[in-house]
This record gives sequence, structure tokens and C-alpha cells, in this order.
Amino acid sequence: MAVITAPAPSQGVRVPQFLEGILLLRESKIGMFGAGLVLFWIVVALISGTLIDLGILFPPNEPLVPNLLPGSHYFLAAGKLMIETPVEDVCSLITAGADAGKYDCGIFWFGTDAVGRDLLSRTMFGARQVLLYAPLAVFCAYAVGIPMGLAAGYLRGWVDDVLSFTANVILSFPVLVLYIIVISVFGASALNIVVAVVFGSAPTVFRIVRGITLDLCNVEYMLAAETRGEPTWRMLLVELLPNARGPLIVDAMLRLGFTVIAIGVLGFLGLGLPPPDPDWGKMVSEMRSFITVYPHMVLFPCIAISSLILGFNLLADGLREISLRD
Amino acid sequence: MSTQQDVSDDDEIILECRNLSVSYYTRAGEIPAVVDFNLTLRAGESVGLVGESGCGKTTVAMAIMQYLGQNGAIVGGEVIYKGQNLKELSAEEIRRLRGNEIAMVYQEPMSALNPSMPMSRQLMEVPLTHEPGITEDEARQRAIKILEDVDLPDPERVMRSYVHQLSGGQQQRVVIAMALLANPSLLLLDEPTTGLDVTVEAGIVALIGDLSKRFNTSIIYVSHNLGLILDTCDKVYVMYSGDVVEVGSVEDVFDRMRHPYTHGLFNCIPLPGADKYERPLVPIPGQLPLPHERPGGCNFGPRCEHFTSGACDTVVPLSVVAEHSGHSVRCTRWDQIEWGSMRANAYDGAETEIGGSVLAVEEMQKYYELSEKTITSFVTGKGSRFVKANERVSFEALEGQTVAIVGESGCGKSTLAKVIVGLETASEGSVIFKGEDVSRTPTRKRTREQVSGMQMVFQNPFDTLNPSYTVGTQLARVVRMFGDEKGKRSVRERVRELLALVKLPPEFANYRPRQLSGGQKQRIGIARAFAGNPSMVVADEPVSALDVSVAAAVTSVLMDTQRQHGTTLLFISHDLSLVRYLADRVVVMYLGHVMEHGTTDEIFSPPYHPYTEALLSAVPIADTSIERKRIILSGSLPSAIDPPKGCPFHTRCHRKVGVICETKEPPEVEFGEGHTIACHIPIDEMREMGAVIVQKAKADAVSETVGD
Repeated sequence: MAVITAPAPSQGVRVPQFLEGILLLRESKIGMFGAGLVLFWIVVALISGTLIDLGILFPPNEPLVPNLLPGSHYFLAAGKLMIETPVEDVCSLITAGADAGKYDCGIFWFGTDAVGRDLLSRTMFGARQVLLYAPLAVFCAYAVGIPMGLAAGYLRGWVDDVLSFTANVILSFPVLVLYIIVISVFGASALNIVVAVVFGSAPTVFRIVRGITLDLCNVEYMLAAETRGEPTWRMLLVELLPNARGPLIVDAMLRLGFTVIAIGVLGFLGLGLPPPDPDWGKMVSEMRSFITVYPHMVLFPCIAISSLILGFNLLADGLREISLRD
Repeated sequence: MSTQQDVSDDDEIILECRNLSVSYYTRAGEIPAVVDFNLTLRAGESVGLVGESGCGKTTVAMAIMQYLGQNGAIVGGEVIYKGQNLKELSAEEIRRLRGNEIAMVYQEPMSALNPSMPMSRQLMEVPLTHEPGITEDEARQRAIKILEDVDLPDPERVMRSYVHQLSGGQQQRVVIAMALLANPSLLLLDEPTTGLDVTVEAGIVALIGDLSKRFNTSIIYVSHNLGLILDTCDKVYVMYSGDVVEVGSVEDVFDRMRHPYTHGLFNCIPLPGADKYERPLVPIPGQLPLPHERPGGCNFGPRCEHFTSGACDTVVPLSVVAEHSGHSVRCTRWDQIEWGSMRANAYDGAETEIGGSVLAVEEMQKYYELSEKTITSFVTGKGSRFVKANERVSFEALEGQTVAIVGESGCGKSTLAKVIVGLETASEGSVIFKGEDVSRTPTRKRTREQVSGMQMVFQNPFDTLNPSYTVGTQLARVVRMFGDEKGKRSVRERVRELLALVKLPPEFANYRPRQLSGGQKQRIGIARAFAGNPSMVVADEPVSALDVSVAAAVTSVLMDTQRQHGTTLLFISHDLSLVRYLADRVVVMYLGHVMEHGTTDEIFSPPYHPYTEALLSAVPIADTSIERKRIILSGSLPSAIDPPKGCPFHTRCHRKVGVICETKEPPEVEFGEGHTIACHIPIDEMREMGAVIVQKAKADAVSETVGD
């Protein structure tokens, strides 16, 4: 019998699977916009340190001139030093006007807060910690939730009963109360925030993975793996888990958004990440009494939090749209 | 049985399709699904639309109903019902026609019935909607009457039931009852028996024929099963890729076909005359073209061995076959082809040698425990109930043999396969594979030789491959686990060998499963099963989900591979025609018990077990020279949790002896070496059983079917 000629594959070029996913994102405008927002903040977080060194940004924690509105100039009288650099080198001398004789050392684009710290650099620096700890916390939540879900879905029986019960108990707590309990008991530190988020998120991840495992457990390719004598761990991790990546990726993006909210709320309550880096939530809580007089002190961190969360949500929406379309 | 009624040319024309063209609008543009379809249907006539998936037959049925959904549209031609062009009617008028004069029975009865309404409401809806003056009581009486007409026992109970409380066959009968309630002039049936067991299917088919005769309904029967068409229809339209390629009466098309595709299709079906060595199935080479890749000219051209450029690559009209009335064919060379000389080549290799025993199943029993967690059971102390999936199953398979396990749904054949392969463990009895009892060893605890020596091909080709990895990766994994090849290059070589074994080009190693068709995926499933050079392969309904020509191709690949390796094949199926073609020995199962086992010839000729007899009479055969005795089983499959005492078949048996069948388990009666039947009927009576399948003498001297 002649060899059957095969139809051409749908992609002409062999593109690695990961890139495939990213290129697909182009199909969803919402996803692109969300991805853009997230990328923007990632870039901000990455370059903020360099910008300080280059002298373009003001340092985030230095009290300079308090209560300045956005767009105000930073005027320094002659002789005062700033970051061990003589004022004369960095700033330009103003020759005319009311402030003649002083040095113009830049513009506070976002203004300053009540203590005098530059809000632009504080906002930019706030991204660093959030974008470090939120993914870390989500990763840890998955590291806990996925094995739990796989075990419960595959082994069923009492394992499933115990794990589901535990998850349901944790889920029955209001998330915020849970965070507050954990942080209050164990103290505020980066690690404890990660632990708190894992507690709050792992049950939901567990549920998702368990559902998918229950569905896919008896699919033919899983049975084929079992008839080959594959060890259980390999069957679950290598054969089953990659097929759960659709819902899991969407959930991961959403969860990142929730975690940013959580970090923001904890910061607002004073239970957040410890100094020195500024924390958006803390910024809001510190300056909230000024909201009627100087709203810009609260506005910028709020916009920062909202835009980052919006970015994650829209990215999740876009990914879900694409995965449904396939 | 071809003619339901004698239809003369004076009878009223119920439906006419003139140059009907239907297209679907997708993101990829307009896809023509049906092109220039012509049909004439008279009162009381039954017409069949035959073709494989994607040929457009369901689209035609939907277009007649004016129900093409959001992205389909009739782009040319017209549908004329009783002289009225349906395009000119308003939506309200068409709504009045549907369900009233034109009724449709769909493929899946489960999804055609509303799960949240009892049957009474759904049935009564029909007259209440279409006959304004009728009262609820009258509607209810009509509904009960029609349920009796469709042979449903206890219509009152059915009226009270919801969908999930009825079996598949009962659901489909209710759907047919709903369709017939308004006394339609035209009944459309879209594969109404897919998914139903063969014996149930036979009942439904007989019912449809009966009812159409009684109510003088015209029927359009859409199916891919040629045997069913032969049983139900007078006229046949064979469709390929959106075109009608042959039209004619059933006798003309089945016996005196004039299109290469029709001929190819018949060569793919295992008819009783086929034999795997003398007259093997010949699959149609090539693949069905995608709608946007149709060649200009004859759609079948690229796959046709009579293709001549010049004649066959321009648009081909229907030509009339002069000798037979009403027979047309879409082929320019139909009168030039020597139909009589087209015969499949006999297999030119040695027959497989049969060796020693590879698998011996002895008195194997598999019970699933259903633990009772209710409070009542806790109080009364009653323990668990058992699903008795397999009951004392015994048979043997020798090296190189093909043993078929046959039975309908619920007979325990899948459980048997799982116990043999190790996905389940037996409760009692033994499964001896190459000398060792593996009945209590799950796959995980078996040795590597045992695991690699016994592999499985699964039923559903669409889920048989992991969608996240390429074909090459998956095959390489199996090669590495079972083979001796260790280095990357030798593994890749072996993967390429495996692909060539199943007649796929080596590029397929880089494709992902979603880029492959069902038949290709199943071939890879076969390659994967044979990767470790197993001594035995268990194939669980490997081709039931595939189209006729694809199934023929996959079956021949499976057989070739088996022959090359001398592997024992345990073939599980409900398709008796295929079993007859492939198997050396057959085991017939019913409700977990082995009813009969013996060689293929012994099973397919008398004496039979009554269940085997019923099965054989139920299987539709696409051969006009075959006559089958009609045996319709009453009742439905009993529950496996509470099986009947004595012989499990006695609740439906048409040859029930008496009380002994209800109380005593039937003895295993031997009819020659290795042929046993478990039945109470005395031996002499059994020997006098007439054959179920009888070959009539062929009247037409110029017939050219495969069985000639």
C-alpha cells in the first residue's frame, strides 16, 4: 500500500511551544493591553535602581521638601549638599525671578509627600517589592496547591476527603482575616507575607487542579501511560499536568492580581513589607489624612496599584479568550 | 428488504431539491459544504443519503429543515416542499411546517430531549403547539397511543419519566414518537442509531419501516452505514465531499454501481464474502479533501485509479446510466471502466503460524464493589452490593491468533480487557500470560517483560495521544521504556521505523496530535502499542469511532503489523462483520458471561446460542444477496448489579426452554473441539437450527460486488 501523503501542518515553522503562546496573545487586544501594563511596571521596577544611580530620579526615602504639588521645582539654596554631590554640579542656577540665587535641581513630577519624599521615585520603587514578592507568593501557592490537587484527584478516597476538608476550612475564612491572623501572629516580614498568601491561595489552586485531575484521570492517554507501567508521579506531572496549563495560567494571572491587592491591603494596615523600600499600601495609609488637602499623595500609589492589577486581570482575560477560541 | 412500498410516478412529490447549494461562513471564509444537490421524493418513499464524515449529508438535512444555524446559508437553488418554495415562506410559516409536516430525528437522543421536563410534557407539546383546538386530555391520549405505536412497554411509566431514567433505545423511540405525533409527511432521520447497540438498532430500524408504511410518511435517512440503508431505503444518494456521486435504486447502486467511489466504499466494508487472506479489504488511498482544498473538477479524482487528466479534471455533471431507470452517476468514464475485472488482490504472504498458548483466562471473575454509605444499610447491616462485571470467563489465545471478544454494551468486554492488561485486578480465577498468573497483579507491579509483552490499542482515537507533546516524543518515550535503543539517534531511527510500519511518513514525528486526523492518530496508537514488540496486543474497539474507509485502512495496518510480528491480537468489538473478517476465534459475551466460543466459522454458522443468533440477525449487511432471519429481542439489558438467576439471557431469549432457564445455570455444551455453547436447549434441537445469514443465488450475471 502506498504511503499516505500527509497534509501540511498548520504551522510552517517549528516554533518552540512557549513562544507559540506568546505570539497567540496578539490575537486578543485586551490581552495585549493587559500585557502592556504589566510589562510597563516590570520595566519600571527594573530601571528604577539604575535611574537613581544615574541621578535622574530623586532618592525615594530622603525627606526633601514636603507638601509640594506635582510639577513643582526643587529649589535648593546654595551650598546645601545632595547625595554627596555639590549642588553646583548637578543643579542649574536660577538667575532671574523670585528664587534667584537658588539652584534648580529638577522637577518633582509627582510632587512630594508630607515628610518631603519624592512621590515619583517612591511610586516607581514600590513596584520592585510587589513584583518580587507577588510572583514568589503565587509560585509557592502553586507549589503547595498542585501536588495537593493531583494527589486528591488521582488517589481519591480518604486522601481526597482529608485534603478537601482542609481546603474548605481554610476557604471558609475571610481572606483578609486570615492574612491578619498570620501576620499578627508571626510578625511582618517578606516571608510571612508569602506564607499568608500561600494559605489564602493554595486551596483554590488545589480545587482547580483536583477538578482537572478528576476529569483527565481516565482519558485514553492516561490509561495508555498506565498500561506502559509509568510510575504515578511521572504520569501526573509529565502526562497530566501540561494539559491543565490552560486554566492554570489564567488562574495564575488572576492570582497575581489578587496578591498585589493583598500586599497593598496589608501595607495599608501597617502589616506589610518592612522598610526601607516604600510600599504602595503604606504610602496610602500614611498620607490618607491629607486626602482632602493634597490628594496627589494618595492618588499616585492608588493608580499604581490599580493599573498593575488591571494589567494582570486583562492579561488573564485575554489568555482565557484565546484558550477558549482554540 | 429494500422496497417498503411500491411507489409509482403518479404519487405526489413531497419534496424537491433543485440545485441546492449550501455554504458555511467561517473565519477562513466561505466554505461550500453542498454543491448542486438534486433530489425528488414522493409520498411513502424512503431515500437514503450515504457518505462519510464531511460529505455534506447532515447539511442537506438541515437545509431542508431551513435550520442552518448562524453561519450557514443556502447560497443557491431551492427546496420545494409540496410545491411550495420554502425560501418564500415567512419565519412563522416555516415554524408551522417544522414539527408538524416536516419532522426530524437527531443523532443523539440524549441531547434531543429536554432533561428537565418529563416525557409527557415533551410529547404533549407537539399536538398542543400545532393543533390549536386540542385539549390537554386529548393530547395526553395521543401521546400514550403513539408510545404504544413505537413499541414502548408501559407507556404510562414512560410518560412520567425523565430522560435519564430511560435507556438509549427507549430515548430514541420517544424521539421518534415525538416526530411522528403530528403525522408528518416528511421524516428526516440523521443517523438515528449511532451509539445504540446492534440489537436495539435492529428494533428501531424495523420500527421506522413499520411506521412509515403505516402512516405513509416519506423518509430521508442519513447514514454512513450502507447495511442500514439497504434495510430501510428504496433509493440511495451517495455523497462525496459535497457532491452527489451516484443516485439510483438500492439494487442498482448496491449491485451495479458505476462510480469508483461507491465501488471503493463497498470494498472497505467487511461483507460476508471477504476473507483476510483471499479477498482482503482494500482501503481507498488518499484522504478526504478539506472543503477549501477541493480539486477543480471531479472531487474524487486525486484518489481514483481511473483518473485521466482531460476528462476528470473539469467539472463533472451527472450522467444517466441508460440501462437502469433512475440511475445516475457523476463520472465521465463510468462506461469505460471494466467493472467486472476490478477485484481485490489476494494477500500474497504466508498465513500467520499459530504457536503455543500466550494467554489463558480461566474462570475469571471481576466484581466491582459498590459500598453502601446510607444510614439504612448501616442500621440493617446489609453490606455492599456488587456490580458483577465478569462471571467465570474462560478462553485461550494462541500465538499469532486473532481472538475476538464480541458483545454489546454492558457485556463486560471492556472490563475483561482491563483485567487482562492490568488496569484492574480480578476478584477470582486466573489470567495466565506466558505461563504466569497476572490476574492479581496490577500493571504497576508487573515485570517489564510482562508489561512490554502486552500492550493495548484504545477505542477513542481523539484522546489516545497526549495533546501536549509531539508524536515523536510520545513514541520515543515508549521506545526508551521497552526497547533496547538507548542513544538519541537510535531512538529516533526506531521511531521512524514505527511510523513506516503504520504507513505514515517520518515527518509525522514532529506533528502534534491536534494536527492529525482520527485515522492517523489511531495508527500512531497502533505504532505505540507495537513499539515494544509485544507478544499480545489488546485492541479495544479500535475502529468503531472511525469512518468506513478510514476504518478499513486502520484495520489493514493493524493486520499487517500483527502479521509481521506474529503477535496475538485480542480484538474487542461489537461489529460482527469486522469480527467475521478478522478473527480466528470468537468469544461471545452477554452480561459478563461467556455465551459461546469457538472458531469464526463455527460461530457464524449454526448451531448458535440464541443470543448469537439474535446478534447475527441484527447486524445490517450491505449485500443484496444476503437474507437474514429477523429476530428482534424483547426487553432490555438487565442490570449487572442484580443479574437474572440461572441463564442471564432468559429475560429476552426467544428460544427460552422453560423454568429451567430461570433457575439453573446453563451447562457448557461442546459441539466439536473448542466450540462450546452455554444453553439449556437440547443438543439435537440445536443442531436443527437454521442459518441466520443465507446467501441467495445472484440473479444478475453482470454483478460485480466483492462477494462475487
